Amino acid sequence: MVINFPYQGSDFDSCDEFVERHDADFLTRLLYSMLRIRRIEEAIEGKYHEDQMKTPIHLVIGQEAASVGACSALRESDILYCGHRTHGAYLAKGGDLKGMLSEFFCRLNGCAGSRGGSMHLLDKSVGMAGSSAIVAGAVPIATGAALSAQLRGDDYVSCVFLGDAATEEGAVWESLNFAALKKLPIIYFCENNFFSVCTPLEERQPAGVAIYKKAAAFGLHSVQVDGSNVLKVNEAVADAVARARRGEGPSFIEAEVYRWRGHGGAGDDSHTGYRDPAEVAYWQKHCPVEGYADFLQQQGVLNALQRAAMEQQISDEISEAFLHAEKSPNPRKEDLYTHAYCD
Amino acid sequence: MPWAEAFIKSQPSHTTAPGAARELSYTEALNEALTLAMALDPHVFLLGQGVDDPSSMFGVTKGLAEQFGSPRVFDTPLSEEGLTGICTGAAMHGLRPVYCHNRPDFLLLAFNQIVNHASKIHYMDNGLSRVPMVIWSAIGRGWGSGAQHSQAIQGLLMSVPGLKIVMPSTPYDAKGLMLAAIADNNPVLIFEHRWLMKQQGAVPEGIYKVPIGKGVYRERGTDLSIIGTSHALALAQQALASLKEQGISADAVDLRTLKPLDHEIILESVKKTGRALIVDTGWAMGGACAEIGCVIAENCPQILKAPIKRIGLPDLPTPAGHTLEQLYYPSEETMVAAILELVDK
Repeated sequence: MVINFPYQGSDFDSCDEFVERHDADFLTRLLYSMLRIRRIEEAIEGKYHEDQMKTPIHLVIGQEAASVGACSALRESDILYCGHRTHGAYLAKGGDLKGMLSEFFCRLNGCAGSRGGSMHLLDKSVGMAGSSAIVAGAVPIATGAALSAQLRGDDYVSCVFLGDAATEEGAVWESLNFAALKKLPIIYFCENNFFSVCTPLEERQPAGVAIYKKAAAFGLHSVQVDGSNVLKVNEAVADAVARARRGEGPSFIEAEVYRWRGHGGAGDDSHTGYRDPAEVAYWQKHCPVEGYADFLQQQGVLNALQRAAMEQQISDEISEAFLHAEKSPNPRKEDLYTHAYCD
Repeated sequence: MPWAEAFIKSQPSHTTAPGAARELSYTEALNEALTLAMALDPHVFLLGQGVDDPSSMFGVTKGLAEQFGSPRVFDTPLSEEGLTGICTGAAMHGLRPVYCHNRPDFLLLAFNQIVNHASKIHYMDNGLSRVPMVIWSAIGRGWGSGAQHSQAIQGLLMSVPGLKIVMPSTPYDAKGLMLAAIADNNPVLIFEHRWLMKQQGAVPEGIYKVPIGKGVYRERGTDLSIIGTSHALALAQQALASLKEQGISADAVDLRTLKPLDHEIILESVKKTGRALIVDTGWAMGGACAEIGCVIAENCPQILKAPIKRIGLPDLPTPAGHTLEQLYYPSEETMVAAILELVDK
């Protein structure tokens, strides 16, 4: 294949070398989780024009393997923080779909009581501790969660999702320096999707300096993985988690992923000219969800009937969750004034 | 700057009358508060640039690293934003950080984490997360501290929902408000003042808390209400003392806390005296003076016998040179003139 585009993703890894390390149940659960995120995102996108979800959305379509690969290596009790592209991480960590959709519909029973919207999802019951719309904002906070684990002797590992653009902000490097200094149990999971809104990576960071190498220079265990390969992502994060639990300190993982949709809202925005639509199409040929499903079928782990059953189950859940959200109560005037301070 | 300490020591100190109560210096009172809080609660930890070095944050953190160990008392890399976020995250997960800064100027590096994160998380999370953290800093004034080492930025932060802002003026309050701030489940900013640190005053032993958000009368009088906090109120009290012989008496209202602001005590006093002089260590424009003045104007304009007066800093950066500095800061004489003008005597 001739390289035509800056971010063509020429080195997609095969799942072959990893598949034998896992049982069929685990392998299919990864697919289910990715497929569920894909279908939920498509459903949100399909209904967004109705203007009932009055929240800015940042779809994670195309990046599901990163969400699921990373979170499948974490325990429920492990802490996760996220940036503004929250949906995938929230769902992969076990967040409640009804709570998420109610939040999008600005309902009282949304996971943040309609205080947060799409960019501030959280579900503390499964360790999804929060999300920040300020790009690198959650990075030091997640680092603080790791400091708490260390000082209190708690067993959890902290993980934070950040984008490539977050590594242009100083708070990231302040956090990495401190985490390495104190050997904190934290994983910095960088989803490098090559774009900050419409500005490509090459216009923001000097060419030839890989993000994960910068982190390595700060003294972190640091690796780069194919973020379209759910098993490879899982492996990298599982290794980082094991290191953290052994007291060996922080890790940085750069997962190369691709955002199929625009920065915000519904639809592919590549026709506006900031990226080549052919580049998007190229990545779509290496779909992390369909590609993995096909692979599992080739391996004999999954058959067509099971795959169809998955689709049906997911579709039913989504319909029910939308109905739940649409019928949920709106906040009242008195709700505006609660929680400015806590007792 | 060896002359800096001498300069601070040359400032007059107003202390409570020596009596049965034990007296401590302001810094000793703070040190005792931190010692008690750390002994009481293993989740309290202390950090800041040089908290374990010989100067130990003007003596405020002296001996704490030895007593409680380096995991709980540690020096920091120069990463104000990062560490403010780290404190926020630690606070969300069960710890109670006390982050000390030599000067409030360094808080400006941490504004993102203070304003965008720590102050808002409890609200954004619909009450699910708490951020019990304390950010402590000491305002500088004089000896050439200049535009970047003397700023009293409480006014910049007063309008941020979710924060508490504490400004103690006595050793008693310094200890009681520090203990209250550490016990509080919200982010609390404490602004001390370098010129208050030499004073001695009565400080009870053991744990006690001064309520956050409640002002107190330092003096009672009839001619006017002098309202403010910290060193600005101390200076106004000196001015008032010098006017006693002229028969002028005033309420001196020490708000102790700027946020939440004690509207009740402000209005109670002004409704009685009909005249208000508002004083603050920060810029007069758009800050504590302006807010307190507006509270009065909104609530009891009809009883004012004279226009509200405010004394803060001029709308200028602080000059470093000694002569300019003397012209920049309000003095006892400035306060005296303002009081006389207000009471029309």
